[in-house]
Amino acid sequence: MTGLVYFSSRSGNTARFVARLGRAAARIPLHGEDMPAPDRPYVLICPTFADGAGRGAVPKPVIRFLNDPARRALIRGVIGGGNRNFGATYGLAADVIAAKCSVPVLCKFELAGSETDIARVAAGLDTFRGTPCSTM
Amino acid sequence: MTKDHAGRIAVPRAINWNRLQDDKDLEVWNRLTVNFWLPEKVPLSNDVQSWATLSAAEQQLTIRVFTGLTLLDTIQNAVGAPAMMPDALTPHEEAVLTNIAFMEAVHARSYSSIFSTLCSTREVDEAFRWSEENPQLQAKARAVLETYAPGADPLKRKVASVFLESFLFYSGFYLPMYWSSRAKLTNTADLIRLIIRDEAVHGYYIGYKFQRALERQDAARRAELKEYTFSLLFELYEIEAKYTEALYDDLGLTEEVKSFLHYNANKALQNLGFEALFPAEACEVNPAILAALSPDSENHDFFSGSGSSYVIGRAVATEDADWDF
Repeated sequence: MTGLVYFSSRSGNTARFVARLGRAAARIPLHGEDMPAPDRPYVLICPTFADGAGRGAVPKPVIRFLNDPARRALIRGVIGGGNRNFGATYGLAADVIAAKCSVPVLCKFELAGSETDIARVAAGLDTFRGTPCSTM
Repeated sequence: MTKDHAGRIAVPRAINWNRLQDDKDLEVWNRLTVNFWLPEKVPLSNDVQSWATLSAAEQQLTIRVFTGLTLLDTIQNAVGAPAMMPDALTPHEEAVLTNIAFMEAVHARSYSSIFSTLCSTREVDEAFRWSEENPQLQAKARAVLETYAPGADPLKRKVASVFLESFLFYSGFYLPMYWSSRAKLTNTADLIRLIIRDEAVHGYYIGYKFQRALERQDAARRAELKEYTFSLLFELYEIEAKYTEALYDDLGLTEEVKSFLHYNANKALQNLGFEALFPAEACEVNPAILAALSPDSENHDFFSGSGSSYVIGRAVATEDADWDF
């Protein structure tokens, strides 16, 4: 089964989404060096903080996490948190990460996710395998 | 300004943005200032022809909806955001609130730009009179204004403010998204999307500050505030439901608008850190409206095989500098 890694800012939306999934998940910290060290393939869950032009979509701690080739090699897919009210930049961080790491965007959800999102992601993760990230 | 318990100015302090107590203040300040806009940037006059294709009843509905939105923006500009400033935990939060207050004035001003571009003075004057006399519009304005009064509970004020930013606007925002989904008033919709984007940051930030303040309360007080939140939502929802019926029954859109209200009410609760209230089946928003909210944003669902196709491309090595900040 694929593991989970996630980032959540202090607003806690993504953390609440992950808690409701009820699966083991490693959190990328806001500050500091205490990065998760995944030892098996994982799906990354990441919120978006883009401005109107899409700049700054991926949170800096997530960039630091993915800049390490060993950690990046195990990513298999990305799930994006966001808010449709941001229009074209809704969940943009997932698109940026997917393009960088050449893995699929599995889905997007708003804020802390709806019941439907939770059910869909929980069922999807049960069966998801995924191909290795080709960025080395 | 720091105030002592008697409300007098203690030591006047200059704001130092290089000493943050809360990173979120700078993050949101940057987001809001980068997103700054004025209605003059949107070519509203390109909607003149489209406006003429609406029936008289549709035009009247649209003008009324926009005066209703103007009222909420006016309240948030002149009363809501300033009322939260004395409650701010950091000087940077006060500064962010001044930005929020000003942008609400820009939003309120934008509706008048739409009016002067598309409508006659007589029609607009009639709609402003309507907004002063409409019982539901007045009821929701008063319910929110009560919590903004001096001496009111600072945390309840934040709850009401998040409901204004993230819930009460949406009975109105629905209509320009509906027109846009039918390729009507598309420039007006572009302007409304700029407002929606700002309100999303406002609701997020005020909700975030509510959550930080809630952490400092004891269990009894937290329970009281949670109960207050849900009871205020019920009160406002009841008003919104009637307002929606009064506006949209004639076009047969009431049920669709209500789904949109439920969906946004749940998002407002999430901004406050609470769980959703309305069940999934009550929140099934017309996909055309969702697409109008976030055009050009793909609706991915890899798990079910729908959404945009995924093509494995050649990946690029990542360095800090590559990521666009």
